[in-house]
Amino acid sequence: MRRLIVRQIKSKNSKNLKQSKMQKEEILKDLMYKIADDQLIIGHRNSEWTGVGPLLEEDIAFSSMAQDKVGQSWAIYKLLEDLGETEPDINAFTRNAEQFHNSQLVELPNQDYDFSLMRHVLFDYAESIRFEMLALSSYEPLAQLAQKIKGEIKYHVMHGRSFVRKLGTSTEEAIIRLQKALDYSLPYALGVFEPSKYEDEMKQAFIFEGEKILEERWKEQIETILKGTELKLPNWNDIEPIYGGRYGIHTDHLQPLLDEMTEVFNVDPTAEW
Amino acid sequence: MVDYSELNKDQILNWLEEVKDPEIPVLSLVDLGVIKNVKIEKDLVEVDMTPTFVGCPAMDYMQKDVEKTLEKYGIDNYQVNISFKEPWTSKNISEKGRKALKEFGLAPPREDFVIVDIDLLEHVACPYCESTNTELKTPFGPTLCRSLHYCHDCQQAFEQFKPV
Repeated sequence: MRRLIVRQIKSKNSKNLKQSKMQKEEILKDLMYKIADDQLIIGHRNSEWTGVGPLLEEDIAFSSMAQDKVGQSWAIYKLLEDLGETEPDINAFTRNAEQFHNSQLVELPNQDYDFSLMRHVLFDYAESIRFEMLALSSYEPLAQLAQKIKGEIKYHVMHGRSFVRKLGTSTEEAIIRLQKALDYSLPYALGVFEPSKYEDEMKQAFIFEGEKILEERWKEQIETILKGTELKLPNWNDIEPIYGGRYGIHTDHLQPLLDEMTEVFNVDPTAEW
Repeated sequence: MVDYSELNKDQILNWLEEVKDPEIPVLSLVDLGVIKNVKIEKDLVEVDMTPTFVGCPAMDYMQKDVEKTLEKYGIDNYQVNISFKEPWTSKNISEKGRKALKEFGLAPPREDFVIVDIDLLEHVACPYCESTNTELKTPFGPTLCRSLHYCHDCQQAFEQFKPV
């Protein structure tokens, strides 16, 4: 009888262990998909400035950031592959819009340079803090990669910050344009921090401190940078975040972007370019 | 065919000196610091590499160049791994590498850097005249790892290998 009980306990423990391993993988996938998808989609949008930037240096800046971000997304898809997901190219190029977990902010069309710049600043500050937090993750492969990426993102933040400072204190037209872009972007920017279904579990497992803390730190930094400009930040409580992206709900702009991005792949999946 | 038992790490690193950064042909991958480790086990040579920038498009070429060089010296059983276990930082560039960069006309990254701050990039020493009366034009240059600067003393534009 006693032996039977011991056996039962043992089997229950191993089942729990298996379950907790499975759950940890689910949490990690959920977390890494949204980050990789954000990087890939914003990377694609940044690349749309190649050849048409308002200044040669800006053309190069957005193209370089695109290259960084797409490369970083590849590295995160690679970590997903290690957890049993499909290989990076297939993963990036064969999903439909509703299977993407990027925030809606990154999929919005570039529009004028004022919006692209404002989105870049709002998004990259969030990215930069996110990777700083992830560099401390208990999931070692992600922590190592985040450690590397956070150094690269600093240059993106530096670029965005210097331009918002320059333009946000310059002519009336520049200030009006940037203010409009800011007001338009903020609800989408807050959507970046849409809570995942695993917030508590992530925290308990020391995988990631969570969207809430990230959002608070981001707000502080955005307040600081905008203080150095003529731009007015509305009261945070008056902004209604636009959620949905993390759960596959997107604007009508994502699918056409994916169609364009996968054009070559769809003609010949084995093509190298 | 080589006798794997007679191979040693220094010898292989020496051979790998021949592999240069495709975008900075004066700089070897060893001096650049992207070759992290060489291991010889029985009849297998393992080389660990890590990219300077995660999105570096030259990584594939570098990996293939390393493989070709190993083959050239008769090593046909090898494995070249790319990982982020020891992420690359600009501090990994050797003294010899820094000198090569400077001779190439690229300002080497500052060694004392801890956190990238705009001020740190603002007055990079000009690789031509050593002046620090220089200005950062943009943190993004012709490749991911370079920024663009201008020297007010010798009135030359120059590039810096970015500190990360």
